[in-house]
Amino acid sequence: MHDIYAILTGPLAWLSFAVFLGGSLYRFISLYQLARKKDGAVFQYMDLKFALRSIAHWLTPFGAKNMRMNPAMTVVTFAFHIALFIAPLFVFAHVVLIEESFGIHWFTLPDSVADILSIIVVLSCVFFFARRIMRPEVKFLTTWVDIVILIIVAAPFATGVWVFHQWAGFPTMTLVHIFSGELMLAIIPFTKLFHMFLFPFTRGYIGSEFGGVRMAKDW
Amino acid sequence: MTDSTPVPDNEIDDQGIIQGVEQLSPEKIERIINEVLSEETGAKLKVYVDTCVHCGLCSEGCHYYVSRDKDPKFSPAGKVKQTMWEIMRKKGKVSPEFIKQAAVIAYTQCNLCKRCAMYCPFGIDIAYVLSVVRRICHRLGVVPLYIQDTAHSHSVTGNQMWVKDDEWVDTLMWQEEEARDEAPNLRIPLDVEGADTFYSVIGPEPKFRAQLIYQAAMIMNAAGEDWTMPSMPGWDNSDMCMFTGDYEMMERLKKMHFEAATKLKAKRIVMGECGHAFRSVYDMGNRALGWKMPPIPIVHALEYYHELFSQDKIKIKHKFDRPVTLHDPCNIVRGRGLHEMARSVVNSTCKTFIEMTPNREHNYCCGAGGGVINCGPPFKNARLDSNKIKAEQLFAAKAKGAEVVIAPCHNCHGGLEDIIHHYGVDMELKFLGDIIYEIMEKPEE
Repeated sequence: MHDIYAILTGPLAWLSFAVFLGGSLYRFISLYQLARKKDGAVFQYMDLKFALRSIAHWLTPFGAKNMRMNPAMTVVTFAFHIALFIAPLFVFAHVVLIEESFGIHWFTLPDSVADILSIIVVLSCVFFFARRIMRPEVKFLTTWVDIVILIIVAAPFATGVWVFHQWAGFPTMTLVHIFSGELMLAIIPFTKLFHMFLFPFTRGYIGSEFGGVRMAKDW
Repeated sequence: MTDSTPVPDNEIDDQGIIQGVEQLSPEKIERIINEVLSEETGAKLKVYVDTCVHCGLCSEGCHYYVSRDKDPKFSPAGKVKQTMWEIMRKKGKVSPEFIKQAAVIAYTQCNLCKRCAMYCPFGIDIAYVLSVVRRICHRLGVVPLYIQDTAHSHSVTGNQMWVKDDEWVDTLMWQEEEARDEAPNLRIPLDVEGADTFYSVIGPEPKFRAQLIYQAAMIMNAAGEDWTMPSMPGWDNSDMCMFTGDYEMMERLKKMHFEAATKLKAKRIVMGECGHAFRSVYDMGNRALGWKMPPIPIVHALEYYHELFSQDKIKIKHKFDRPVTLHDPCNIVRGRGLHEMARSVVNSTCKTFIEMTPNREHNYCCGAGGGVINCGPPFKNARLDSNKIKAEQLFAAKAKGAEVVIAPCHNCHGGLEDIIHHYGVDMELKFLGDIIYEIMEKPEE
């Protein structure tokens, strides 16, 4: 058990960070080079002001008509993404590990808050899953990869809650927790999760087109 | 979690597609697809396809989806799934039967109206993705017969409607003569160098809506406009090649049009009430020719009318007194933001204006745009079934008292006319020019 723990928190942790950072960098550079070669016009029309205008509207809850048309999805999506970032970065247990390894530390959340945020992530994933199998227009688009990604995203949070509450078998769950977190990080560059980095560019581009050329709103 | 095979729709009866598909081989399909994907597309297409998280939130943005009782096959991403996802996943190894279905989807089940781009949280330009599918179909020679005929006309005559050079001039002179009954000194000035305004129209105007040229001449005359029209090819600003995916021809057409205006040293191009033509000169054609923005100022009829009223260039006898509603055409609203100007003109000319909802950028498409109506009779019933929501939107405006629908776009006219008849909406359809012509003061001398 301790050996596995050592591997998970040692080499595998480094590996997952490396794959995440290296993979993301690779994808960025290759997409940028391809865009330079094939989509020169994109750079011509990209406009910081209109890109930010569009991004701001779409990062504001209910800031776009479609968000108002789908209130449940909007609430869950925002809650999910916020919790997804806040919980792992500021949960006490993580910050302590960082401090032990690197000697730096930062603000931490009260455990109960981190617990609730993690539960929000898990429940959001359940919501997304239900949506995927129940709504015909989403089901039509859903592939098995979408479901696997959803499970991989939910896993570190579900196991995190488990470990925090020290439910039965929590030492094993700790290993699953660490591994699933590393797995999630590592697959980001190679799956739809990469949308976290591409969002500002796709949104920004259509915002630039609508703002600068079409002189219309895009929200 | 359905598997990713294209879903066959009802069988089609279009010889352009059927015979085009008969000539295909899997090798040709693979070669052409990979040529288009590697040479003509790049990071934009890749990012659009990779970023889509399959959330389905674009669905409500599409009038096809809403009108087809929320059939997922008609959602924007659903259409991409049945076409581009498969094409990219299989790296072009798709069957002729697949191409047939892809052509039906890309040419007849999407108006390229870009409404869904405003509903996708990532702002994915799904119309662009389906344009690439059209481009592939064009390169494969699988294009609906009727729209391909207009593309042929473009390449032979430079205009969309097989109008011969002498017929064009003859039509202008005929309209001039007719108009001189009303305004004796009226001219339709041909080939005047250095005029302020170069006026261009779409092929269907001389072909079967010549009275629109008459009306435009009356308006220009009343406004004292220094204007001209070209006597030679280049007069037609329309562009069905843009919609078939024949981008080489689109470039030729736009070049002819811009050059006709610049040869006459015109200061600007004013164009008739057409949406797709505006898209081709302001958005797609100029870009294809390497112009970030059009090389010569482009003024849509709506902007021109706005100028007439804001600068008091024409006077009206009285306001149009029947209650009107306004249809916002995609290409000049989502394409150029002319919705507030349109309202200003409507309020300057009409007594009672009733909004239809949704409106402005969120208005529902007429169902005719993107070349869909130009695919002709084989797809007419499907087109009308696919825009039930537009009929409902018109009925709602009618219930609020509107009697007349103003649609400042030719395609929208065609589409709305069909919808009004098919669903028995019983409203009258007008161009803004019709109304202005009807109510303006016509100089007597």
